[in-house]
Amino acid sequence: MTALRILVPVKRVIDYAVKPRVNATQTAVETSGVKMSMNPFDELSIEESVRLREKHKSRVADILCLSAGPPKAQDVLRTAMAMGADRSILVELGEKDELEPLAVAKLLKEVVQKEDRNLVVLGKQSIDDDASQTGQMLAGLLGWGQATCASKVELVGEKGVRVTREVDGGEEVLEGELPMVITTDLRLNEPRYASLPNIMKAKKKPLEKKKLADFGVDGTNRLKTIKVTEPPPRQGGGKVDSVDGLIAKLKELGAI
Amino acid sequence: MPPVNPHRHQILSAYKYLLYLGRDYPHSKGYPWFREKCYNAFARNRAETDVGKIEEGLKRAEYVIKEIEALYYLKKYRTIKKAYESV
Repeated sequence: MTALRILVPVKRVIDYAVKPRVNATQTAVETSGVKMSMNPFDELSIEESVRLREKHKSRVADILCLSAGPPKAQDVLRTAMAMGADRSILVELGEKDELEPLAVAKLLKEVVQKEDRNLVVLGKQSIDDDASQTGQMLAGLLGWGQATCASKVELVGEKGVRVTREVDGGEEVLEGELPMVITTDLRLNEPRYASLPNIMKAKKKPLEKKKLADFGVDGTNRLKTIKVTEPPPRQGGGKVDSVDGLIAKLKELGAI
Repeated sequence: MPPVNPHRHQILSAYKYLLYLGRDYPHSKGYPWFREKCYNAFARNRAETDVGKIEEGLKRAEYVIKEIEALYYLKKYRTIKKAYESV
């Protein structure tokens, strides 16, 4: 039986309940003074790793969490550890630095090799950039199998993994062997709430601080953001009081 | 000196956890509203000395905690579902 050494990357994003605002200079979305929390899809991947351990006690050797972000991303890692991860690594970036998916994938590849991981469980996307690229790029860089948007994960036999995905009109079942990259979809599980006592306990779990350079990864962005604007406000609709009114209106608009 | 309540620790930690949960409670009047409600609910039973009733109250606190956690989960699930699976 291959022991699972799981890596769960997590991202600190603007809280799902907050309505994002564009900053005054129109260069990015305002993040200062805004409530931040863990990307909901990453919560799913931690929950799944912890559930794998609860189901197969002897098979999961350890669950490592990683976040690349400002020093405050520590809070997200503490939450992850309160949910059941064993230890974490924080790759510290500047307050305004933002890594592109490719840089994240390269970083994760280094971490996978350094920390000898054989399963990476990522959220399928983050709710801020919605790129949905990191998992796929990582699998490509490592040359591992990938199962994206998982709605069910099972371990089969010695080193097999069976992943169910929701596709149009049904389910698709993939089977592969470790090592593997899995990305999580919304209906995979119901993440537990990081309770207060567990958050306190998580403060004692090890958290390592690293720099990008420690992994030899170049964090320069290849894309330049020219301008960020809010979508135009929705134009209100008009009411018509009869069928004739509707037809007249449609004719007026040139629709019929 | 009144006798020491053997459930004191449990009650306090339930109260603290409820306050912690309340920080995110979706209500127009926000956290102060929740804190007052929560405080009053505990204060109402301040004088309770019957062990059975105290345990009942603790079970109720446990229940409310579970409910709020479930509420948060559902709220998040629905928001994300609406944002990503509205097709």
